[in-house]
Amino acid sequence: MIKVCFFADLRERLGCAELFVQDFSGENINQLKTFIVKQHPHWEKIFLEKKLLIAVNHAMASNDTAIVAGDEVAFFPPVTGG
Amino acid sequence: MSNVVRVQMENFDLNKEYNRLITKNSTCGAVLLFSGLVRDFIPPQQLVSLELEHYPLMTETMLENLSMQASVRWELQRTTIIHRTGKLLPGDQIVLVGVSSAHRTDAFEAAQFIMDKLKTSAPFWKKETLKPNPDSKPESYWVSAKDSDEQLARRW
Repeated sequence: MIKVCFFADLRERLGCAELFVQDFSGENINQLKTFIVKQHPHWEKIFLEKKLLIAVNHAMASNDTAIVAGDEVAFFPPVTGG
Repeated sequence: MSNVVRVQMENFDLNKEYNRLITKNSTCGAVLLFSGLVRDFIPPQQLVSLELEHYPLMTETMLENLSMQASVRWELQRTTIIHRTGKLLPGDQIVLVGVSSAHRTDAFEAAQFIMDKLKTSAPFWKKETLKPNPDSKPESYWVSAKDSDEQLARRW
């Protein structure tokens, strides 16, 4: 199982703060995105946005970052703190 | 070396943070405190409030990493990073970066480095509620990231 979190604008547009992905057999973020989009086809356009940032276990990651069961993955827009 | 990182809803006290940064052995020659405030717009546009969302645990991890990176790069004695979350009003303190060192150049550069990197890498997001003019209804928007902030972060 992989925990997936969404933040800020992205969370609101998806109407979802977190989901738990079961039976994922892929190896990286790109494959996870494809897997999620298959289950939520209307999210496809949002997931293809170039500006979306990715974190794996609280560290910045990219589309080819490897993931395994038990990981926490987060998707979010560019940050605007400070 | 002592680094403090806090992500909190409560306000912070500049005097208290200043005193914490000073080391007791008198080798401290420079204390630098940067405090960022919630800024209102130019009238007639008016900021009603600001809501700050963050990614718990990742924020703390990222800020601790920034303190560590700064401590490796400059000769620092103590550092403090405080970032507030939740609802804030115009004029409220939102962020604090404090650095102490023997010499001022280390303090100035390290604090600027921390702020520049914080703005582009720490997972905080601002949502503004504003009135385009005094008679209009309040509207909420997520703040967009600025290219100018990216450019400032890239200089380090």
